Amino acid sequence: MNAISYLSGGTFHRYSLFGINILVHGKTGAIWQLDDLSWKLLDGQSAEPEGDALAELAAIASEARQAEERFAKQGALYAENLEEGPTHLKSLCLNVAHDCNLRCKYCFAGKGAFGGERGLMSSEVGKAAIDLLMQLSGPRQNCEADFFGGEPLLNWNVVKELVSYGKEQAAEYGKQLQFTLTTNGLLLDDEKLAFINEENMGLILSIDGRPEVHDRMRPDLGGSGSHSRVLAKIKEAVAKKADDNWWVRGTYTSWNLDFTQDVKFLVEAGFSNISLEPVVTDEEYQLREEDLPKIEREYERLASYYLQRQREGKPFSFFHFNFDLAKGPCLAKRLLGCGAGHAYLAVSPRGDLYPCHQFVGQEAYRIGTVFQGIEKPELGDRFRQAHIFNKEKCRSCWAQLYCSGGCHANALAKNGDLMLPDELGCRIQQKRLECAIVIHVLTSAHAQIPA
Amino acid sequence: MMKHIKRIDAGAILSSDKQIGCGECQASCQSACKTSCTVGNQNCQKEE
Ligand code: SF4
Ligand code: SF4
Repeated sequence: MNAISYLSGGTFHRYSLFGINILVHGKTGAIWQLDDLSWKLLDGQSAEPEGDALAELAAIASEARQAEERFAKQGALYAENLEEGPTHLKSLCLNVAHDCNLRCKYCFAGKGAFGGERGLMSSEVGKAAIDLLMQLSGPRQNCEADFFGGEPLLNWNVVKELVSYGKEQAAEYGKQLQFTLTTNGLLLDDEKLAFINEENMGLILSIDGRPEVHDRMRPDLGGSGSHSRVLAKIKEAVAKKADDNWWVRGTYTSWNLDFTQDVKFLVEAGFSNISLEPVVTDEEYQLREEDLPKIEREYERLASYYLQRQREGKPFSFFHFNFDLAKGPCLAKRLLGCGAGHAYLAVSPRGDLYPCHQFVGQEAYRIGTVFQGIEKPELGDRFRQAHIFNKEKCRSCWAQLYCSGGCHANALAKNGDLMLPDELGCRIQQKRLECAIVIHVLTSAHAQIPA
Repeated sequence: MMKHIKRIDAGAILSSDKQIGCGECQASCQSACKTSCTVGNQNCQKEE
């Protein structure tokens, strides 16, 4: 096979964005930037058979062929280990409060119902969860726990107790336990912020962007919008946060497909660490495949806003555009993905274990309890098997080593099949990656960011 | 030295670990995203 047809087939993907031509090799994750001449050659638009450009294409093709073989060998080894080796738990989502002071429409915590289980987690359950994390994390040094809900600040005393207990236990086991707290911010005050700073906790603050967008989705118990109160609280929290370990995160729906405006709102409100996520729902504001052209264009718009701020010397960070190529994850991690069901588990207030926060309350996915440990290891195994090498769709995807196989919860919700990723999720993931790669190219040293 | 093509990234790191990676990097869906998984932006925790 000649170089051009090799580089045009298989898991290679090429695209141009903001005048930058990119070629990605899905199987190895390698990325190249092509000039217009080599691009045209690859595209079959020009023939320059004797030129350097063709020789260079041939050189990267042969490099890629060799790498592909190496990756296939080592990848198969990892996959075997991943499926059959011991599992080690690494992180927990602690649903410390199945209750909330807001009634956000899209909350997978179930608009107040929480899959039937309401209430607050006792410190007994929380401590048993931490014990389990210590025991099941084996040789892993760095463990994580996120206080989640509902609204975790409704159970603040237990949060505090669990942080000190967790630190004690981690010290005993010779591990590091990093805590984060995901909150709507309303109940934050000086005492809580001081504790969060003292304990170096990460803070995830929920706000959707513009007032009208936020208020439509995030009303309080009385049905009134929460935006102004939330914004004031979150500003205060960020101002007082002693380190950079915080994010403001929002959700976009089909009602705000112009979500660059929401990111702009947050940037202009003074926030520099921003994450915005597509909604997962089957309600009327769900994202549909027919929304894709709009969504894709919107990510380009967001990318160009991101670049504009960089150019003006007023950069911000957007979670899905962050891309540290020099120190990116190893192949093993890229196979593993989110680790739901084996490396990552969610704990309900009464101590039931689920593959991740999205499954909490679904009886069929109850994998054990904090007191009995893992009772259905076969369920975790099913999640372990669902890695990129075992999913046909992922095996042929150019984004496989950056995406790692997508969201299991989404695949099950949309297709009823753990092995079949949700197409909409894939397309969004791919678009974000396209933008992230080009942003990386344009913001690396010496690059001129085009106006 | 190529004139027309620039390598931006060599691809995933093939770790020398025979086991399944060291598992010390951050969990992907934790914290900031919580609804979708991206590992492209998860840093490796190993010291060089
Ligand atoms: S989940 Fe979708 S985007 Fe991700 S690797 Fe699989 S096919 Fe590609
Ligand atoms: S299954 Fe989806 S929601 Fe759950 S941890 Fe994985 S990526 Fe996140």
